[in-house]
Amino acid sequence: MDRIQVLKGKIKDIESTEMEKGDMILSSLHTTQELFENSIPIEAAKIISDEFEVKIERIYELATFYSMYSTKPRGKHLIRLCESLPCHVVEGPQIAKKLKETLKIDFGQTTKDGLFTLETTSCLGICGVGPVMMIDGEAYGNLTPQKIDEIIKTYREGEK
Amino acid sequence: MSKVMTILFSLDSNSLLNGSKEYEEVMKALVKDHNMSEIVEIIETGSFGFYGKGVPIQILPDDLYYIVNSSGDIKEIFEEHLLKGRTVGHLLVEPYNLGPANLSKFKETRIVLRNVGFIDPNKIDEYIANDGYKALALALKMKPAEIIDIIKDSGLRGRGGAGFPTGLKWEMTLKSKSDKKYVLCNADEGEPGTFKDRLILEGDPHSIIEAMTIAGYAIGAQIGYIYIRGEYYNSIQKIQKAIDDAEKVGLLGQNIFGSDFSFKITVRPGAGAYVVGDETALMESLEGKIGRPRLKPPYPTDHGLYGKPTLINNVETFANIPWIILNGSKAFKAYGTERSRGTKVFSLMGNIANRGVVELPMGTTLREIIYGFGGGVANGKGLKMIQTGGTAGTFVLPNKLDTPVDYESIKNGISLGSGAVLVIDDENCAVDVGKKVAKFYMHESCGKCTPCREGTREIHTLLDEISKGAGKVEYLPRIIELAREISDTSFCGLGQSINIPVISLYENFKDEFIAHIGAQSCPTGVCEFEKAKVKVRSR
Repeated sequence: MDRIQVLKGKIKDIESTEMEKGDMILSSLHTTQELFENSIPIEAAKIISDEFEVKIERIYELATFYSMYSTKPRGKHLIRLCESLPCHVVEGPQIAKKLKETLKIDFGQTTKDGLFTLETTSCLGICGVGPVMMIDGEAYGNLTPQKIDEIIKTYREGEK
Repeated sequence: MSKVMTILFSLDSNSLLNGSKEYEEVMKALVKDHNMSEIVEIIETGSFGFYGKGVPIQILPDDLYYIVNSSGDIKEIFEEHLLKGRTVGHLLVEPYNLGPANLSKFKETRIVLRNVGFIDPNKIDEYIANDGYKALALALKMKPAEIIDIIKDSGLRGRGGAGFPTGLKWEMTLKSKSDKKYVLCNADEGEPGTFKDRLILEGDPHSIIEAMTIAGYAIGAQIGYIYIRGEYYNSIQKIQKAIDDAEKVGLLGQNIFGSDFSFKITVRPGAGAYVVGDETALMESLEGKIGRPRLKPPYPTDHGLYGKPTLINNVETFANIPWIILNGSKAFKAYGTERSRGTKVFSLMGNIANRGVVELPMGTTLREIIYGFGGGVANGKGLKMIQTGGTAGTFVLPNKLDTPVDYESIKNGISLGSGAVLVIDDENCAVDVGKKVAKFYMHESCGKCTPCREGTREIHTLLDEISKGAGKVEYLPRIIELAREISDTSFCGLGQSINIPVISLYENFKDEFIAHIGAQSCPTGVCEFEKAKVKVRSR
């Protein structure tokens, strides 16, 4: 499969920037997720475990311990809404409700068209403009229910 | 060639979200269209420190601030101010209205944030022009022990929350004998409500590189790591660029300043785990393992990253170093209190009029921070409580506003912690707030030790029941007992700290907790009673 070959190449590049043993494993898992529906499938995990000479169980352990990783495929766009107290007290729950309504899914789920996965996250460190969320690498602040409509619409239209 | 006019746009993560990049592009296009690129310079800088409504921009040499809310505003400023030389009165703000009131503007002290909002963080030249890397040049002429004596004498203590004396840490790492040592910058900023490290990394990345290099020389390390939160994309990019630039001009890498000292710095992203903020868990994570804390002792100064002596400091701690080397320990000691020297960068958020960061001398009171700089509670509501120091910090009632905040203020029930100041207005419910705190602990517990893993879940379940109107009177002492026991028996600082927020919240709002039990509704109307069971999500 092509993607596996691509991953192999990328992992080799990443490994060459290793300063000390293992210090690029987390980075290689980030790269894997970019290639495989925001997730780390077992065939990708095998490659990383071979390349870095660590047991595959360790890769599984990492993939399930850190909240940015997933072993199951996720949507094309990852929506992470901050649920920490600073966003909570500035109408965060309203935004959570609105996101669920707009996407018709609950947190932890993916839309039927595979476009969005909705997740919560701990503080994103942009509390100056809370409530905040990130979609993939992009952050959105000062959220209002109206803004949610507009943002989701932009992403949906980008697909057409 | 020097330009006639300079316009500064703040492009840190918070300002970006307020639209600053978009406005900058509009301004750039206008300047270009009018062939004014030769005389107008547009500079991207770090945070001005505050986030009200709209984006503040600064115009030099006039030294005026405008608040921009739309591209139309930018056009108006361009046409009136730049073309015709007329001030646009209705967009103009007096600097003291931008956030800090006169009172606290007076006290604002910029040591850590000396360059943030003043220089373009993407340009190493600007950092150098502002005495950047001068401290490194000076340090390389000193003996390591001399540098450490300055840091020790300054009284600087760790700004990550624990407050360990920085100079002592450096000295211990220097004294550890080893073929290899590391300098580690803890940029895994995860304490909810804390965004100072992000603003330092994005607004003045070279100060961290310079400080880490000085540290490397002082303790005898060759490699530096910056472990930064995986979600901080913008910060990662900025610090990486700064490292590349420093390498290009020889301020990092082989034989720095022609000395025989060589030092390398690399960035490693995290992957979303609050517990990794613990120094030993961070080391595990950096080694490519799951981030669970190690047993201490041995301490990292002897046995740290890859088992080698490691100096680990927080971003803000490092940002102090070049200033101290340049200005001396005496100048540093002039700020702050007897046991808490220097300044602290406070992050202000929640229901406060002006959110943002402000650097004030240690020992500033909460009133000065919240009412002086922050402009008080937003939307004219009443102040219910303040949480200081992050989610692991204390909940404080308004009657403690006049208590000075420093490392010692925990004796008066106020955590300094990471410097987060969360303002909570009277439309919030104490039980709901407590539930959110418990959920945070439950989610972030790494699972290594039982009291933390099971206990935090239990507290959350009990608070959840209370918030649904299904609470029983015996739940309350049980929550307090659990919080105490988790704190006493947990392995690391995460579990050990849960008593601080939970008990301070309960003690301040006992009546409100009790009022939820056997009642028909939540006193503030926040908690939803008697609804279908909401599934408790756990990840």
